[in-house]
Amino acid sequence: MQHLEVRDLSASYGSLAVLAGVDFSLARGEIVCLVGPSGSGKSTVLRALVGLTPPTGGSVAIDGKAIDYRSKASVRAARDRMAIVFQQYNLFQNMDVLRNVTIAPVEIKGRPRGEVEADARRILGNVGLADKLHAYPDQLSGGQQQRVAIARALCLKPEILLLDEVTSALDPELVNEVLDSIRALAMEGMTMLIVSHEMAFVKEIASRVILMDHGVVVEEGPARELVDAPRTERAREFFGKILRH
Amino acid sequence: MEWFLGQLARFYAPENLGLLWQSIGMTIALTFIGVGVGFVLAIVVAIVRQSPGWGMLPFRIAAIGFVEIFRRIPFLVVTYLVLFLIAAFVKGASLFLIAIVAICIYATAYLSEIIRGGIESVPRQQVEAATVMNFTRWQTLWHVIFPQSIPVILPPAVAFMIAFIKDTSLVSQIGVFELSFRGKELVNQGMSGLFVFGMIAVIYFCLSYPLTRFGRWLEIRLATSRSQGPERQLR
Amino acid sequence: MNYTFQFGVALDRLPDLLQGAILTLELGLLGFWGGALLGLLLASLKTYGGPLLRPLANAYVTFFTNTPALIQIYFIFWGLPDVGIVLSAFNSVLIGLTLNTGAYLCEIMRAGFLSVRRPELEAAETLGFSRWQQIWHVIVPHIAKTIYPALANYAVVLMLGTSMAMIFGVEELSGRAYNIASENYRHLEMFAIVAGIYVVLTLGASLLLALVGRVAFRVKAKVF
Repeated sequence: MQHLEVRDLSASYGSLAVLAGVDFSLARGEIVCLVGPSGSGKSTVLRALVGLTPPTGGSVAIDGKAIDYRSKASVRAARDRMAIVFQQYNLFQNMDVLRNVTIAPVEIKGRPRGEVEADARRILGNVGLADKLHAYPDQLSGGQQQRVAIARALCLKPEILLLDEVTSALDPELVNEVLDSIRALAMEGMTMLIVSHEMAFVKEIASRVILMDHGVVVEEGPARELVDAPRTERAREFFGKILRH
Repeated sequence: MEWFLGQLARFYAPENLGLLWQSIGMTIALTFIGVGVGFVLAIVVAIVRQSPGWGMLPFRIAAIGFVEIFRRIPFLVVTYLVLFLIAAFVKGASLFLIAIVAICIYATAYLSEIIRGGIESVPRQQVEAATVMNFTRWQTLWHVIFPQSIPVILPPAVAFMIAFIKDTSLVSQIGVFELSFRGKELVNQGMSGLFVFGMIAVIYFCLSYPLTRFGRWLEIRLATSRSQGPERQLR
Repeated sequence: MNYTFQFGVALDRLPDLLQGAILTLELGLLGFWGGALLGLLLASLKTYGGPLLRPLANAYVTFFTNTPALIQIYFIFWGLPDVGIVLSAFNSVLIGLTLNTGAYLCEIMRAGFLSVRRPELEAAETLGFSRWQQIWHVIVPHIAKTIYPALANYAVVLMLGTSMAMIFGVEELSGRAYNIASENYRHLEMFAIVAGIYVVLTLGASLLLALVGRVAFRVKAKVF
């Protein structure tokens, strides 16, 4: 059984259809990258999965159990198993790093504070921020903020991690520190769905790549095959453009 | 000059001082209690106005109606409305209470708009981050939205309260014994209107001006603290 | 719960109230334009006034914005006769409101003055705009955009403020309602109707001002 299974997923902003029937699936521990031009709907896939942009059709199932996006309880249960990291980090500006990472496990999930804080310190140490526990988001660089955001997602102990263009807002010299944190996670066998523009990174980390355009999947395949030898014309055009940059 | 000193001696005569203090205290009490309670109610109104779902629709409409109507009626008329409404149903209600209710209604209408502005100033992404971590609406409000909107809300809310020190003068019309009322009393006792109202104006100024300066200081302090890391001073 | 509402009796006097409303508008408009002129004068003094006039304008604004308008009018109506100046109730209220409005509008207009930035003027100059073209095409639109919404908002605030005139027996909207109520004893109903008229008046004024702002200055003023 697939860990995450997406069938015919559609979604729209107002009257504008952004997803027009998207199909794909992730096996447990698999790392899949979503690529495509801006406006192709790849970020919307992630937003739809966690219910921020509620799907208008299709189905999403985790371990074969479908999520009912009209039911609050079902969406909450799904959000317990999936965590998302945003392009703009979206750290809570009024909380220090440790509070940002621990608030949801402690206040929302009700886990004991001591246990969560120990977890948080360990995870923040892993992403290289052990000395920034009491810094506020606006005292950190973009790369540091993004690593806090990843730590915050991990502290929720998700089964599936969704990363939405996590390096797009960063200065070039800060990109690697964030990618390193993701590489480390890949080693641990976390199931990940990654939206990214970093083709070198995509080729390195992804077991499969999905190319999207105009709200549908254009082509899908093992990373190297798809990026280096795309079958469809649209994919050739896209990767040709990207690699020329 | 002699005239001035004569009036001054009479205004601040020992037998008058007690009443003067009492009236100043009343002006301050009206402002702080009325606007303070109004602030709490304004939070409720602002939250109701932002609440989602069809079930809340009637409450939303009521909240919007309340705010839009009472911001378009003179405070003096609100005061009379409250006076006559309460007088119609309750015999012997205290004038102080009537004035407080009127101030509350007015302050709630104005402050809820200020609070709404503060809530709307919090970026949508902050709410989304909370939503995907399964924060409930209340948890999002409490942990994320309120702490982040306080620096936006506080300066105009404090400015409103300080401005209301002056507006409380209007409740003298229904007979509440505050500073303006005391002034009229002294004039009725035969003192010079020129002197009394000049002096009363000076007393209002002494109440209002330092607080205005404090408000401006607060605004600058909150503005600078926000750029360095919000609310650190507030935790 | 022993009060019986009798709106019928009160509504019979609606024409009287509407006459009062005209006086309200009159007070509001006169006070606003007087205040605007005074505010413009004060703002110029504050900006270009030099070491003598600037502190004077500052003191005026500080004093008038930190004391109640009611007390200012009391001073004029009950105080000035002590030195031989006797003004009618209407004139006292009008002068008081004008002096008060001037102080508040000064602050708004000053913000407008400060919003015109040198580089834009220089840009206009390099484009060969004449002095008047500069003023018309650069300065006026800029100032209008900055201050129009605040001025429009203050006009509505002032309209509500004119109700103070009732305290001095002026028969504007509130005053007339009060006097009628003391004849027919329908205080609650009279004031409820008056409240409604104020809502309609200010809503109409807001809409009109927003429309004028949009057409004349391309300013988006908020009605709500």
